Amino acid sequence: MKAFQYVRSTTAKSAIDALAKDPAAMFLAGGTNLVDLMKRGVTEPDKLIDISRLPYNKIEKESSGVRIGALALNSQVAEDKLILEKWPLLALALNAGASAQLRNKATVGGNMLQRTRCGYFYDTEMDCNKRQPGSGCGAKEGYNRMHAIFGTSEQCIAVHPSDMCIALAALDSTVIVQGPKGERKIPFADFHRLPGDHPEKDNTLEKGELITAVTLPDSPYAKNVHYLKVRDRTSYAFALVSVAAALELEGKTIKSARLAMGGVAHKPWRLLEAEKALVGQTISEATFQKAAEIAMHGAKGYAYNSFKLKMAPNSIVEALKIAAGLTS
Amino acid sequence: MKNKDEMIGGRMSRVDAVLKVTGQATYFAEYEVPNLTYGVLVPSTITKGRIKNLDTKKAESAPGVLAVITHLNAPKVPAYEAQEPSKTSSGRGPGMMAFHTDEIHFNGQPIAMVVADTFERATFAASLVKADYQEEKHQTELKANLAQGKVPKTNKSLQDYQRGEKDAYKNAPVKLEEEYVLPTEVHNPMELHGILAHWEAADKITVYAKTQGVKMTQQVIADTFKLPKENVQVHSQFVGGAFGMSLRVWPHEIATILAAKKVNRPVKLVITRNEMFTIAGYRPHTHQKVGIGATKDGKIVGISHWAHVQNSNYEEFTEATVAMTKFMYRIPNVNTTYRIVPLDICSPVPMRGPGEATGAFALESAMDELSYALNVDPIELRLMNYPEKDPERDLPWSSNHVRDAYKMGADKIGWANRSNKPKSKMEDGMWVGYGMATGTFGAHRRPATARACLNADGTLLIQSAASDIGPGTGTAVVQIAAEVMGIPASKIRFELGESKLPDAPIQGGSATVASVGSAVHDACLELRQKLVELSGNALKNAKAETLVYEDGKISSPKDRSASITYTEVLKRNSLPKLEVTKESKLDEDQQKKFAMYSFSVHFVKVHVHPTTGVVKVKHAVALADAGTIVNHKTASSQMMGGAVGGIGMALTEEAIIDHRFGRYVNNNFADYHVPVNADIPDVDVLFVDKKDPYTNPMGSKGLGEIAIIGMAPAIANAVYNATGKRVRELPITPDKLI
Ligand SMILES: Cc1cc2nc3c(=O)[nH]c(=O)nc-3n(C[C@H](O)[C@H](O)[C@H](O)COP(=O)(O)OP(=O)(O)OC[C@H]3O[C@@H](n4cnc5c(N)ncnc54)[C@H](O)[C@@H]3O)c2cc1C
Ligand code: SF4
Repeated sequence: MKAFQYVRSTTAKSAIDALAKDPAAMFLAGGTNLVDLMKRGVTEPDKLIDISRLPYNKIEKESSGVRIGALALNSQVAEDKLILEKWPLLALALNAGASAQLRNKATVGGNMLQRTRCGYFYDTEMDCNKRQPGSGCGAKEGYNRMHAIFGTSEQCIAVHPSDMCIALAALDSTVIVQGPKGERKIPFADFHRLPGDHPEKDNTLEKGELITAVTLPDSPYAKNVHYLKVRDRTSYAFALVSVAAALELEGKTIKSARLAMGGVAHKPWRLLEAEKALVGQTISEATFQKAAEIAMHGAKGYAYNSFKLKMAPNSIVEALKIAAGLTS
Repeated sequence: MKNKDEMIGGRMSRVDAVLKVTGQATYFAEYEVPNLTYGVLVPSTITKGRIKNLDTKKAESAPGVLAVITHLNAPKVPAYEAQEPSKTSSGRGPGMMAFHTDEIHFNGQPIAMVVADTFERATFAASLVKADYQEEKHQTELKANLAQGKVPKTNKSLQDYQRGEKDAYKNAPVKLEEEYVLPTEVHNPMELHGILAHWEAADKITVYAKTQGVKMTQQVIADTFKLPKENVQVHSQFVGGAFGMSLRVWPHEIATILAAKKVNRPVKLVITRNEMFTIAGYRPHTHQKVGIGATKDGKIVGISHWAHVQNSNYEEFTEATVAMTKFMYRIPNVNTTYRIVPLDICSPVPMRGPGEATGAFALESAMDELSYALNVDPIELRLMNYPEKDPERDLPWSSNHVRDAYKMGADKIGWANRSNKPKSKMEDGMWVGYGMATGTFGAHRRPATARACLNADGTLLIQSAASDIGPGTGTAVVQIAAEVMGIPASKIRFELGESKLPDAPIQGGSATVASVGSAVHDACLELRQKLVELSGNALKNAKAETLVYEDGKISSPKDRSASITYTEVLKRNSLPKLEVTKESKLDEDQQKKFAMYSFSVHFVKVHVHPTTGVVKVKHAVALADAGTIVNHKTASSQMMGGAVGGIGMALTEEAIIDHRFGRYVNNNFADYHVPVNADIPDVDVLFVDKKDPYTNPMGSKGLGEIAIIGMAPAIANAVYNATGKRVRELPITPDKLI
């Protein structure tokens, strides 16, 4: 690991100023992703600005919705009474991620900014456009079982690994950031980006910006929700495919729906068209099948991940069935 | 009164349990040696070729660095000079000569070691070493190189085998021929590999090692550096799991010894988790084909078993992949073929159930497939073809209670609930399946020596250079001594893991209790005998075996008042202690008269999700026919651990190489999936627990290997029963079932 300086900030301003001054500095929150990347030589900051003591660790009810501090721990959010009562989908997604130990350390902001788990990105001996722009994509012709089926580019086919973000995408959240130019609100759908010609950029955060909170609007999705994560072992594994499903039901009729998928794209993959197709329909396997079919438009598999073309729609149907109470 | 739990067949807790859970057990990396320095390896980034140029300048001038050792400046190794790295010490030597030439045999091969005053500084400096290579085309893919398969020269038992007619299965009324593939699996014990090397003088070295045999490590180092054995001392009292990976000395261990010589200070190397995949062995990726044929009423007529096994390009590794096929069932016509395929990769090393675990996946899957083809219950098929004696060598079994195990397991798992028709049962929205498979491993016993020393205060010290990598060897040995001597376990201490102690074999092949336990048993018998002779009272003329040994005294069964305590015997003879050293081994005739094997049977019940393909093992029953169970508690833990390993083998574990580069892409714990707690169901462990009359004085048979052998096919068979999908390429990940 490259030697680095460590400083601790206690105000947002000092943190933002410190980062503005030093182009090779980075924020450190829980460190569960960043420190791993530093050990592997993937990320080599010369200064870490520890933001873990900034006063952004609260979960606060607002006049409408909730504000979750960027430094709230993953475990804290997952156990929060208000979240469990009003936005249980978020808690389900959080608890499907990583392990209890990691969730006790990982923060909301850090979770959003965690980097892909693509093996070629992690191995500094391999080609990877995300780590080393222009070097090539090791995964495209390589071992790409965990990789994307939507929104890929010639340059990169990686997925965003977060579970939490899939629920945040489904629940129409907003990211609040502070930067040298003041505060900015980014709709969650615009926060992460597709790789395009710049896979080195995971999101639309600008240099020097600090995430301070995520807000969720009031939602009718307190009951019929499910987060389904299909993975290679029961816990402590990233998703092959995951689905966040939320239904607003009136009897057996769907008033509104929210759907997003993980493990399939460079960003949390919101399924707007499929949501639309569900509205006004009666809950049934056939309804869900149709939505899943719509959701899969434009999907494309690679040598090792074509199974996702089947696993993804199957998982959408399954998640919706569970959310609707059609299975145990 | 004897405490039953402390006797053979009891269930006393581990003698080192408190030390382990309170952190007082000292593992090799925890030894404090004055002036200690830290080694970190630099891996090759190409897979085959030569080092053209090594730039170590930056690393050498980095803070805290004492030396960068490479093939250009490493001290000479006598055995390397003589080109005999693997000829030494019955193939347990390093095999590949680290820092001896510029040749690259595999990706990740150490090309340099940086030694610094702290681990962190050494790690940083290692990242500064740069190499230029002359790269050659490499081959790492087994499937693409099956045609390169060779008959191994080093293992006669793996030459082509034929009994009866060749490929007789082809003419049978019911037959099948299928391929079964096992990926590379990596041992990954919790404790990382490494060594601490300390030259005490120019020709005297002490090492703290992670080894499954201190005597083996001592011999290898002595041979490699051409030192007298007594000038090499090896300490390895505690080992944090090994599963076979420490059955040899690895090149990086010799490299560390070289480094210590170079910097003239002790050097400690602890390899990284990534390096656990690249430089310290694995269970080899194996392609197998089985052809099996039977009559319509289920008599197996013939079986053929071919195996192609991943190997390195610099030495031969073999394991008994096709052995079980020769004797597990009564089959008149059998032929087996075993080929090693040299590839540009590190050598494999035995991994729990070496060979048999791989072979059983093929054989026991094929048996299951045959049972469906015949439409008979898989247990029934096995019973119909049960061999009354070993069909390979035409010898009676020393003991074989596998039929009892089938019955016990079937009852426990609820086999009666199984449908012989796949994909016909659902529970909670999941397909339900039941599966079973058999496993076997030779019941070995190797020569071993133990010293038993009775002290004036009535305590007993037992010594032997055995290892205890986790099974509870130390506990079993104390029980055996407690039983023979009639001394409470609290008064017995077992010293192991030191090369200066009496000879013990490596801890491999499930043979430690049979070997070292027998030596302890025999040493204690002799000690008893001596006590009787020295007793100087009425007992001295009695036959030792007719007397009673309890509560630290000898008494006559007829006249309990005629008794004398051991301490009294010593006192009367003015002896501060009484000591016996005894070698013990299996009578060779016995070995020729009986086929000695342990057997296991695994039963599982699985749930499979119909649309996502997720498999959940709901219940597992692990049975062992392993003779006398010396300690039911530690033996149960062994069996449970094996079942967990089998779940990993069946469902999650696979080390993946990108063959374009010859590099692993998932050599870390996030991407290489060992099973986690949430993957493990209730595991019921049952023992037949019948003494084997011939194996050793306790009547035990080995347990460590059979604990895993057969678990993976039992799961694959259950998955088939649940879904109608036969997965012949492990692991059974969800994508293979949708
Ligand atoms: C073995 C393993 C398994 C895992 N499995 C899963 C899983 O199954 N599902 C899942 O979702 N996740 C998983 N994770 C990832 C885990 O969720 C992330 O590591 C964690 O959420 C990161 O949070 P952190 O606070 O530790 O971030 P850090 O590591 O501290 O930071 C991550 C990045 O975010 C930046 N950053 C942090 N906070 C802010 C902020 N407020 N403003 C601006 N920038 C910021 C840092 O500069 C850094 O670049 C796993 C991790 C590991 C190690
Ligand atoms: S998929 Fe993206 S992250 Fe992975 S190697 Fe290609 S460019 Fe790098």
